[in-house]
Amino acid sequence: MADKRIVLLVEDNPDDEALTLRALKKNNILNEVVVARDGAEALDLLLGTNGKSGTLKLDQLAVVLLDLKLPKVNGLEVLKRLRADPRTKRLPVVVLTSSKEERDLVGAYDSGANSYVQKPVEFAEFVQAAGHLGLYWLVTNAPPPMSR
Amino acid sequence: MKWPGASTVRGKLLLASILSKAAAFLVAGVVITGYDMMALRERLVRRLAVQTDIVGANCLSALLFNDPQSAETTLAALRADPRVRAVGLYSADRRMFATYVRDAGSERILPVEAPAGSGPDYRGRDDHLRLSRTILFQGKPVGSVLIVSDLSEVTDTITRDVGIFAGVLLLALLIALAINIRLQRAISGPILSLAETARKVSQEKDYAARAAGSSGDEIGALVTAFNEMLEEIQMQEAELRTAHDRLEQRVAERTAQLETSNRELEAFSYSVSHDLRAPLRSIEGFSRALLEDCADRLDEAGKDSLNRVIASTVRMGQLIDGLLNLSRVTRAEIRGRTVDLSSLAGEIVEELRQGENGRRVEAVVAGGAMVEGDPALLRAVLQNLIGNAWKFTRKRDEARIEFGVAKESGETAFFVRDNGAGFDMTYSDKLFGAFQRLHGQNEFPGIGIGLATVQRIVNRHGGRTWATGAPDQGATIYFTLGNGGRNGGQKDRAAGGRQSG
Repeated sequence: MADKRIVLLVEDNPDDEALTLRALKKNNILNEVVVARDGAEALDLLLGTNGKSGTLKLDQLAVVLLDLKLPKVNGLEVLKRLRADPRTKRLPVVVLTSSKEERDLVGAYDSGANSYVQKPVEFAEFVQAAGHLGLYWLVTNAPPPMSR
Repeated sequence: MKWPGASTVRGKLLLASILSKAAAFLVAGVVITGYDMMALRERLVRRLAVQTDIVGANCLSALLFNDPQSAETTLAALRADPRVRAVGLYSADRRMFATYVRDAGSERILPVEAPAGSGPDYRGRDDHLRLSRTILFQGKPVGSVLIVSDLSEVTDTITRDVGIFAGVLLLALLIALAINIRLQRAISGPILSLAETARKVSQEKDYAARAAGSSGDEIGALVTAFNEMLEEIQMQEAELRTAHDRLEQRVAERTAQLETSNRELEAFSYSVSHDLRAPLRSIEGFSRALLEDCADRLDEAGKDSLNRVIASTVRMGQLIDGLLNLSRVTRAEIRGRTVDLSSLAGEIVEELRQGENGRRVEAVVAGGAMVEGDPALLRAVLQNLIGNAWKFTRKRDEARIEFGVAKESGETAFFVRDNGAGFDMTYSDKLFGAFQRLHGQNEFPGIGIGLATVQRIVNRHGGRTWATGAPDQGATIYFTLGNGGRNGGQKDRAAGGRQSG
């Protein structure tokens, strides 16, 4: 069941998107990865707009990898809206970003992030981090029950 | 001296004036009355002596012829003088011969016998004056006469004198009082005004107050000087206030500027943290991808080039992290706690030992270095210093690292000493600059941010840093922590720990 679950990657930088996908692939994580290129698109996918539900099946979603610096709606705002919605309030969200500034860490955890990972400059380290993430959130972690 | 009712200047002046006048009058009165009394007595005695002589001469024949009758008639002539109370005529054998008394009561004041010590003699007793004279005939005493006179003239005169004097005194004092009160308005008025103004200035800080009154005397000069002083104070106060306001305004402006630049700096580092790293990640990641994916199409030179690109991006990543750390240290709030530098140093040495097993390093850590400061930042200081010592002793077979406490001109200084590569003192001023390195990257890797960070942290604790060393003979980096280091270095030498591995 685990390998059938979906990962949502919210990332505006195409280079980072390619590198993240490459890093996941290098760890033999073959789950479907849906990519949203800004905060608005991510919210649309997850919660839908104008009363229509999102196109993403929430019960098949394993984890959201969320960048903080995003066009339109930034990462923290996305996180807050997810937590405010009963459908996604328990959804595992991992913040995956460049910075390790204290205010980002505090903001992310205060807004309800489950984890915070700084993207390392060195790709080898990034591959390692992606491996840990995949193993943990797709295999080790018991997902929250879906609330409807 | 405390005078009743003399708690004010006005009262004191009045009292002093009245008392001095009264004293002068009293002395004058006593002297005049005393002199009067003496003069009066002398006159009385002289007159009495004349009367006695006359009576004696007149009664000579009566004595010679033993005729008391005629003697008494002669004596009775003294009735004309109301002051004569009694007269006694005594014969040569001192017995009473004839008498005259003004009234019945005066009889007993005459002695029965002639008073002893014949000859010219007078005595004043109580309210009577007695004068006796020996009567001589052809050089021989034939009897004596004693006249007792009443002193009421003297006492009356004295009483009258004293009465007049008291009246004059009273009148004079009243006049003096009136004059005084008028005069004092001129003297104490300005003083009172001066006192009131001084009170206003000192209590209400009202430097615009001025004392009234400007006579030509010393008090007038005092008032003028006081007012001039107030003028000066008021002017200086206004200047001071202006300067103070200007300073306040400037401080507020500078604070605002500083806050703005701090915000800008924060925004800058935030942006650096997010945006500068992303392209690096791309360069590094895709170079790495190129190396892996196209390994068969790249020759050695191409691979070498890509590896250099990768190494540089990694180094740039470290530089960015170092810069961010440095700016974080500058902005971070200092949280004051008691920090045990000794145990912190011990921990750091242990961490380094575990990170790089197999190196022989002798570490000496002085105990009991307790300071006040930010625990996280002070840890960063020791981490940098001990980390440097660890790094620069890499080529030593017998590496030695020491953390200790020293007294530097009354200040407690902490130091980290090593016997590593050292440095040339010529460049000691460059040691603490950001991105300043005294060794090649190949020799000892590093980004040159460690000592700059140390210096910033130490400066923010109110301390300073300095270093001594020589090439190939090791280095000692010192730091103080301002007031925070006051507890330090008390038990250090006694409790020196020694670790070796």
